[in-house]
Amino acid sequence: MEAVMSATGGGGTRRLTGAAILWEALASEGVEVVFGYPGGAIMPAYDAMLAYGDRIRHVLVRHEQGAAHMADGYARASGKVGVALATSGPGATNLVTGIATAMMDSVPTVFITGQVASSLLGSDAFQETDVTGVTLPITKHNYLVTRVDEIAPTIREAFFLARSGRPGPVLVDICKDAQQAIGTWCAPTDPPRLPGYRPSQHAPDELLDRAAYLIDHAERPLVLAGHGVVKSGAGELLRALVEKADVPVASTLLGLGGFPASHPLALGMMGMHGEAWVNHAIQEADLLIALGMRFDDRVTGRLASYAPRARKIHVEIDRSEVNKNVKIDVALLDDVGRVLGALVPRVAARRRARWTARIDELKGDSSVRDIQGLPDQGRLYAAHVIHDLWRLTEGKALVVTDVGQHQMWEAQYYKHDHPRKLLTSGGLGTMGFALPAAIGARFACPDDDIWVIAGDGGFQMTACELSTAAQEGLKINVAIINNGYLGMVRQWQQFFYGGRYAATPMRSPDFVKLAEAHGLSGMHVRRRAEVEGAVRAAQATAGTVVIDFHVEQEDSVYPMVPSGADLTEMIRRPQPNSPLVESAEDP
Amino acid sequence: MQRTVATRTIIAHVEDKPGVLNRIASLFRRRGFNIVSLTVGRTAELGVSRLTLVLDADDDTARRIEANLYKLVNVLLVEDVTFAPSVARELALIKVRAGAETRPRVLQICEVFGARVIDLTAHIVTVELTATHDKIDDLVGVLAADGVIEMVRTGVVAMARGERPQIPEPRPALSPHEAHGPDDICESHESQGAA
Repeated sequence: MEAVMSATGGGGTRRLTGAAILWEALASEGVEVVFGYPGGAIMPAYDAMLAYGDRIRHVLVRHEQGAAHMADGYARASGKVGVALATSGPGATNLVTGIATAMMDSVPTVFITGQVASSLLGSDAFQETDVTGVTLPITKHNYLVTRVDEIAPTIREAFFLARSGRPGPVLVDICKDAQQAIGTWCAPTDPPRLPGYRPSQHAPDELLDRAAYLIDHAERPLVLAGHGVVKSGAGELLRALVEKADVPVASTLLGLGGFPASHPLALGMMGMHGEAWVNHAIQEADLLIALGMRFDDRVTGRLASYAPRARKIHVEIDRSEVNKNVKIDVALLDDVGRVLGALVPRVAARRRARWTARIDELKGDSSVRDIQGLPDQGRLYAAHVIHDLWRLTEGKALVVTDVGQHQMWEAQYYKHDHPRKLLTSGGLGTMGFALPAAIGARFACPDDDIWVIAGDGGFQMTACELSTAAQEGLKINVAIINNGYLGMVRQWQQFFYGGRYAATPMRSPDFVKLAEAHGLSGMHVRRRAEVEGAVRAAQATAGTVVIDFHVEQEDSVYPMVPSGADLTEMIRRPQPNSPLVESAEDP
Repeated sequence: MQRTVATRTIIAHVEDKPGVLNRIASLFRRRGFNIVSLTVGRTAELGVSRLTLVLDADDDTARRIEANLYKLVNVLLVEDVTFAPSVARELALIKVRAGAETRPRVLQICEVFGARVIDLTAHIVTVELTATHDKIDDLVGVLAADGVIEMVRTGVVAMARGERPQIPEPRPALSPHEAHGPDDICESHESQGAA
């Protein structure tokens, strides 16, 4: 046996340590970069890594949460599986926020954690945590590996699960003794056999015909484009469908970029901070065609009065999402792209002049309230900063946003024409996501103009990763929308808590000095006239640059549908002599 | 679509792997599905366990439960046998106060219900009954007057009538308890490589 193994080369069968088998398995899955942090229980894997330096790059993070978001950002930007590595106990628990973020947004990721020796499991050994127990509800699947010969097949399954069907995070917890033991490595050839796993189904012809019939006979149809359109790479097919059937497209936050914002049929974002005309259009529609979205409460508002006149077609790869929040008339359970491919030839070409005229009417009413049309009067508004950034980057940047007001302004004012160019934590709403996710995205898109847009609060949650960017020599442009508050919470306090600002005023460090302390550069911007020069200077600088935009402190995101309210009950940007809350009859 | 709440009986055929019960329990806890009873045991197939779940749910919820169970990688097949021809049984052990005076009556009641005496002391009778959920409720109701000291029930196990459904074959187990040599996994790859 030994003779056979030594005779076969790299692709054949070899006797290796479990740690080396781990790296062979990762390389065979096409992994090119791993984000991680060493520690006791993962040390054998780190030691073995040195022999794989020419095939897999390792990025040393400053906190494991950063590693998780980097793997996530890499995966969102590339469509490939992102990988993070951490030790047992605190290393693993620090990943948790990032794993939950990837779970909520269905991001294909594999997390590898070291675990204490199998003989010590359950003994409360040093740095022992039941990580498979902790992550059970926030992973698509997870594994505890106690023996060396489980490592290769488990990694194979983990990658297959992470990227197939509805993607998601998979965690593999590997005992230290399994990493140290000698086992057999052979390059896998077949896909793993998972007898109970049903990644997708096929939408039957009669349901596709039924959906096409509903589209043909609708007078006021609307496409709701979600993250599934981006993940499935179905943008072109979506364009073919809506151009043929003349159907306007509204997007979820994570669906932005899946359909070009500059397209005449693109309406913009729906939901709590969606465009007013989009929410009105949803409530007036007679057919909703929901593509790879899950009717989140931030999208529907009050469920009882959501889209009351509309039939609903739901194209969704995960059967458990159908009829979860909204009652569906036709469910097409498959990949969005495959369903659209089957729908395009089935629908009739037609025009809907009355419906598009009605939407234009709704749009016209709202555009007069747009802050873009308002003079700045010498003040620096976040919306102006983001609009200028969009203009100066010609809408082509890869933008990674954090969570809060700036995230909504970005969604409203940075018009994305291409998929995977807006990365944001939509489902979990994880502050601190942006900087590490952008670092991960840098490895997926080495030539992109990458911009982090973050608030002063969220940026500080993972600001330590500036050090990672500096050590790795990465180029990221960071725009901090600094209003001196935890702005979105402050806005809710203003609207719903009598203006009592509990724990939202925040004093931040001098972000320029912080950048300089890392050997990076930074700029303060306080007036709109300075925006362009700062953006150009950042783009011209080789390393990571932090721009601290000191914006209006108490500006709010408009429009806003209060939590649990009807979609048409929007708080609008105050105008002289206008009510704060408008009803459906208003426009 | 009707939205009437009914007591559902759902059978899940699962891979016999560590932690599978935890995954199912976690799913029901997290999604707020309320379990009436849950039984688990091995089956005639090596590597396949089977659960019988009884819970109260309307049609939509029952469908979502089934869809969520299928999202668990270790779940091989789910059957909702609520409205299908099926048999269902539960086992109960009931300890009843029965002194010299009341004992004949208690024993007579048990005989009527087909319950079997499995232990008897001067003042206490312990009986077992295997029956439907409702019939056990009935016996407990009748015996209540005499004083039920203690009771334990297994929860329902159920089986559809007719042929067994086609269940995907489980994977060979890789856990340390299984008799798998360390080189077994790669033997098959080697032979494929040679072909």
